[in-house]
This record gives sequence, structure tokens and C-alpha cells, in this order.
Amino acid sequence: MLKRLLLAGAASLALSAGAQACAFENETEVSILSAGFEAWKAVTDAMIECGNVNAELDQEFRQKQPAAFAANPSLYTLGGVSNGTITPLLNEGTIRPLDDLIEKYGQNLSPNQLIQIDGHTMAVAMMVNTQHMMYREDIFADLGLDVPGTWDEVLEAAETIKAAGVVEYPLGVTMKSGWNIAQDFNNMFLGYGGTFVNADSTPNVNTEAGLNALDMMKRLTEYADPEYLVSDSTYVQQQFQQGKIAMANLWASRGGAMDDPSESQVVGKVGAAAAPLAMEGGAPATTLWWDGIVVAANISDEEADAAFRVAMEGLDEEMVKANSDAAIWLVSGYEPSKLAQGAIATATAQPAPSSYPSTSQMGLMHTAIGNELPAFFTGDRSAEDTLAAIEEAYTTAAEEAGLLQ
Amino acid sequence: MKFRTFAMFVGPSIFLMVLFIAAPLVSVFLQSFQITQPVVEMQEVETCTAGFLTQTCTTETKTVPKLDEFGNIVTTTEWVGLLSYQRVLQLDAVGAAISSGNWGDILNIDFWKALRFTLTFTLITLPFVIGMGLAIAMVVNNATKSMKGPVIFVSLLPFIITPVIGALSIRWLFYGDGIVTVWLEALFDTNLSVAANGWAVEFLMMFYRVWHVAPFAFVIFYAGLQTVNQDTLESAIIDGASRFDRLRYVIVPHLMPLIVFITLIHLMDAYRAFEEVVGFSSQAQRITLQWLTYDLLQPDDAGNRAISRASASAMLTMIGIVIILMPPLRRTWRDHKGG
Repeated sequence: MLKRLLLAGAASLALSAGAQACAFENETEVSILSAGFEAWKAVTDAMIECGNVNAELDQEFRQKQPAAFAANPSLYTLGGVSNGTITPLLNEGTIRPLDDLIEKYGQNLSPNQLIQIDGHTMAVAMMVNTQHMMYREDIFADLGLDVPGTWDEVLEAAETIKAAGVVEYPLGVTMKSGWNIAQDFNNMFLGYGGTFVNADSTPNVNTEAGLNALDMMKRLTEYADPEYLVSDSTYVQQQFQQGKIAMANLWASRGGAMDDPSESQVVGKVGAAAAPLAMEGGAPATTLWWDGIVVAANISDEEADAAFRVAMEGLDEEMVKANSDAAIWLVSGYEPSKLAQGAIATATAQPAPSSYPSTSQMGLMHTAIGNELPAFFTGDRSAEDTLAAIEEAYTTAAEEAGLLQ
Repeated sequence: MKFRTFAMFVGPSIFLMVLFIAAPLVSVFLQSFQITQPVVEMQEVETCTAGFLTQTCTTETKTVPKLDEFGNIVTTTEWVGLLSYQRVLQLDAVGAAISSGNWGDILNIDFWKALRFTLTFTLITLPFVIGMGLAIAMVVNNATKSMKGPVIFVSLLPFIITPVIGALSIRWLFYGDGIVTVWLEALFDTNLSVAANGWAVEFLMMFYRVWHVAPFAFVIFYAGLQTVNQDTLESAIIDGASRFDRLRYVIVPHLMPLIVFITLIHLMDAYRAFEEVVGFSSQAQRITLQWLTYDLLQPDDAGNRAISRASASAMLTMIGIVIILMPPLRRTWRDHKGG
């Protein structure tokens, strides 16, 4: 019943969009499961114009996707993934190589969109995402502050802003217990030159870099809302929009919301710069992410053909022109807006920040960090003990998962 | 009743209980002693990922699971005895904490942290649920007839609301710049950050649970109050018993079986507390045993989930419930035999 409703909705959308261009009339059933943020909405809306497309946008997609694609036939023909969530699909072999399809329909793709594993293209990236520095240009101009290039400069700027008392809190942090705080730690840890695991899968976070990262994070929290352990990206975005904070290291995909007059009280006042460096001469303390499309392995070649063709319609120039604020697109024809400059500066910095590692080990490490860090920030545990606890939690999980003997 | 009729009535219920309760329980019990792992191998993999302008290609050694000829991951299942229980309980770390004298360190271990909170949560909310339930029942019972309907309706509202929504609505009153927080800040002229204090979050979680469950106790007690023997009450009045004496010596003894019943249900429910952690996002400060099991079961981005430890944690939760239900169950059994 629900499925029929969705189909009806998709069909009526397709009809109402009638005149809008999809280069061909799609006759085969195509379905996609992806994350639910703005960029995916833009892409799937463009795909729906081709007809017979059923799009499911769900922020819980990462839990559904591996099982749905392992079914035979697969429950979806297309999937929206990122470099973090492609791992289980690659490991289980439930997505297919796209080389022949790209040869047939992918004339408009640029080489850096192709995600290649051992020479086979397994996914087509549509956008990059990264955490970068967003700041209130008006406040920085009033106080005569320069845009901070390192985290130490962030602390100095925060001190000045705090002394001036122009906002409730100088800094917004995405340190909600779990995935978010772990990602903040990852950024800082990589910025201080750390590596998460050794070649033999043993953990390597209880290091100088780990201690530096924790120390810097703790000092940053002094300028943030004390409720930072429940503060996720959406919360920080709202703090920004309501003029409560002056700067934050936030996802590039959140940039568009700052200039959305229906939600934001700071339209036009927010600027973006590269993610700050943790140490001189290092890479910006952040990770690079991409989002893109994969095609299921457990479907017929005809279905794969139609699905990929529809996906290419979703990733065309027309869609990007209409939605240039929604993401840092990799699709040709993209003209970056003002708020995209920070992410682009981050991605093109020398040395460049590394991509988020898509490995099973990293999945376990991310969970261990997210679970063990809060005790340090609530003051229940010292930095050394916390890093040791992370290594211990990771080791237990890795032994259980068969990655460590 | 003939056995055949009895079986026809009870059969479907027993069948469903075996299918949905007993069978999963046996499976979880077995899984808590097993570990299923994929067979992995190290492979040199060249990965090219997207940058804004160019691709970056890296060659690294990755652990990749082996696939069989049908494309399924090859797994091995081993019996590991109590290993998963040991990994959940971490008794060696507990021992180290005790021998070094830093007792507080025990509460940094997930299981013991969760157990500490779950127990305090269960035992502190219990008297409040019973007390509040009884108080509302007495008030409604003594209200004038025209008021009874509306008062019952209003008292039942918290019980009708979906648990997570109820928790969220209380969270929104207090977290960030919630209305109540803003009032309190204005009243005491300070700056409050409710979610930054573990004890404040703990208090809110308990407050929510009492608010949510007291109406259930109220309904049961209200029904019980209708059956109090009026003759006994009247003779107590004639004997000069005060309002409190009547409550103490006539009403509460009469309601005792219901109090035990509510205690049983509440202990069972509160020990499995879960919505509070989700609703109040309290995992940085306070976690419950049920949430711990859920967290172990959640797959991470790479698709890993700790099924064996989750099974062990679930079995430990069940054992905990059995232990905590012992006293009221024994009481009921004694009364039953005595009667």
C-alpha cells in the first residue's frame, strides 16, 4: 500500500514536472535508497522526471542499505553512499563495476568523479563534503579580527569575541556524544598528524597526536555552549541561524541554510574559510568526504542499464544549475557560491586533508571513540585513561569482528 | 473445563509465546556463547577517491572478507564459552579498580555504569510511582461527581502520550533555551545548562518516568478503592480513627495485592528503561542496560555489529530482572500459599 502511494506520488510529480527535460522516457522500474539531505533531494527529484523512479530518502539509510543490497534481487537498483558507508557494500560484493555503463552513458562525467577500486569504477561521486570554518563576517569586521587559520588563532579570536560579549557563545561545536564527537576528534587527530590503526590492525590513538587533539578540544569547549555533549550539526546550524554563535567548524553541506531567509536571521553575514590547521605545516584538521551513486549487483543488466541512465539524468548540468547552493558539486557546470569557497579552499589546500578512511577498522574505531570520549569531557577520566580506554574498546571489537587475533 | 476446550483457548497464545518469546530467547542464549566472524584476508587495494579538482589515488593494504562462489561472505562460528560475558562485565578491570582503591573507576566501564544508573532509576522511581498513583486515586475518589470525568481524563494524559514524544517534550522544556530554563534563569538570575550536568539529566529522566507511569498506578488503585469495605471504614470512623489512620490501617492493607502488582510491573519496565536515553540524548552522562544492548547491536558505517556482546548483555539484563523481581514474587507466593 505504502509502496503504491509512493509510486503514485512519484508518478504525479513526474507528470507535474511534465515539460521539464529528461532526455529519455524511462520504461524500467528504478528505485534508489539514499541519505535525506538537500543535495540528494535535488538529485532524486531530477531523476524522478524520467518516470518510473521510486526514491526513498532516509537518514537511517546506512543501517538498511547493506541488507537491502544483499537481497537477491536487490531491493533497490541504485544507492546513495558516501566514502564512509560504501565499505559494507564493497566488502559484500553487492554493487557492480560501472565501467561499461560509463562508456555508454557517462560522457559528461569528469575523471575525478570516478571512485575506482583496483582500476574498476565502483561509484560515481556527485559532491564533496568537508567540515570547514564558518564565521560571522560582520562580527569579525567590527572587532577587527582576521579569519583564523589555525586552531590556536581560533582560541584567540574566541577570547576576543567573548570579551566583547556580542554573542551568547563565541564558538559552536558538533560534539554530540557518539558519531559527532568522534568525527570532531578524528579531524583534530588527523590534523596533529595521527594515524588511527597500525598496519596489523592494532590501535594507535594513545599517542602524542591523541593527547594534543583532546587538549585542543577541551580548550575549545570553554568557549562553547556547556551543553555541547548533546549538540549535533543541526543544533549548531540553528545556533548560527539564530545569531547565538560567531563561528563553527561545520559541514559544507550546511552552508546553504545560513542564507535561507525563511530560517536564518543572519542572511549574508556568514562567511566561510578553510578548516583551520592544528599544527603549522600540517593539513587542515578535517577529512574529505564524497557522496555518490552505486548500482546494485543483484539486478539484471537491463535494470542496471536503465538505472544508471536515470542516475546520469539526475547528475546533469541542469540539476546543478538549479541547486548550486545545495552542495559542493563535482558535476560540470557548477558555479560555487560564496559559502562554498571555504570548502573548496579546504579541499585544495597543500598538503590536502585526507579522505575519511573507508575500512572496517575505521568503523570500529569511530564507534569506540564516540563511546569513550564523553567521560573525558564530563571530567570522569583523564586524557591518558580515555585514550587507553578507546584502544581497549577498539581491540575488543576488532577481536570480535575477526580483524585482530 | 474439558482439557480439549482448555487447549483450544490456550493453544494459540502458547504457540505465539513460543514463536516470539521462547525461540528468540533460546537463540540469543546460544549466540551469547558463540562468535561468528567473517574470514578475512589482507589485500593490496588501489583506491581512487574524488577530490574537488583531481582524483587522489592511494594503494593500501585492506582487510577484505572472503566471498564464496555464490558471493556470500564466508563466516566461521566458534563456541567461546563465557568470553562475551567477560567482555561485557570486564571483571579484570573491576578487580584492578578495587585493588587500587579507585572504586570510581568501575563506573567508567559501560556495563557497571549502566547497571548503577538502571538500579537507582528503578528503585527511586518506584515509591514515587506508587505514592503519586495512590494520591491521585484518593483525590479523584473524593472529588465531586461532576468533576470526576475531567479529572480522570487529565490524569490519564501522560500515560497516553507515546513515550519518546513525552520524553522529548520534557527535554524541550529544559534543554538549551527551553521555556522552563529561561524562567528559572530569570528567577534566579543565573545561566543554567541543564544538559551539561549529569545529575540534572538523571533527575529529569526520573521525573519523566514518574510523570509517565503514575497514571497507570492511579487507574489500578482507583479501581481498588471502589472495593474497599464501607462498613469497615464507617466503624473505623466511629472508633475515632483519623483520616491518616483509616488510610494506614484500612485502605493500604486492602490495596496491598495491587501495590505488589504495580511494583512487579514497574520493576520490570523500569529495569528495561530505554526511551529516556534516546529522548534526553543522555548517553554522554547516563546509560541504561537496555540502551547498552541496543548500542552494541547498531551497525557502524562499515557494517560491523557486536552481536555476541549484545546477546551477552541482553542475557545479563534478563538475569537482572529475575533477581530484582524475586522479593515481590516470593511475597505473592507466600500470600498465595497462606490464603
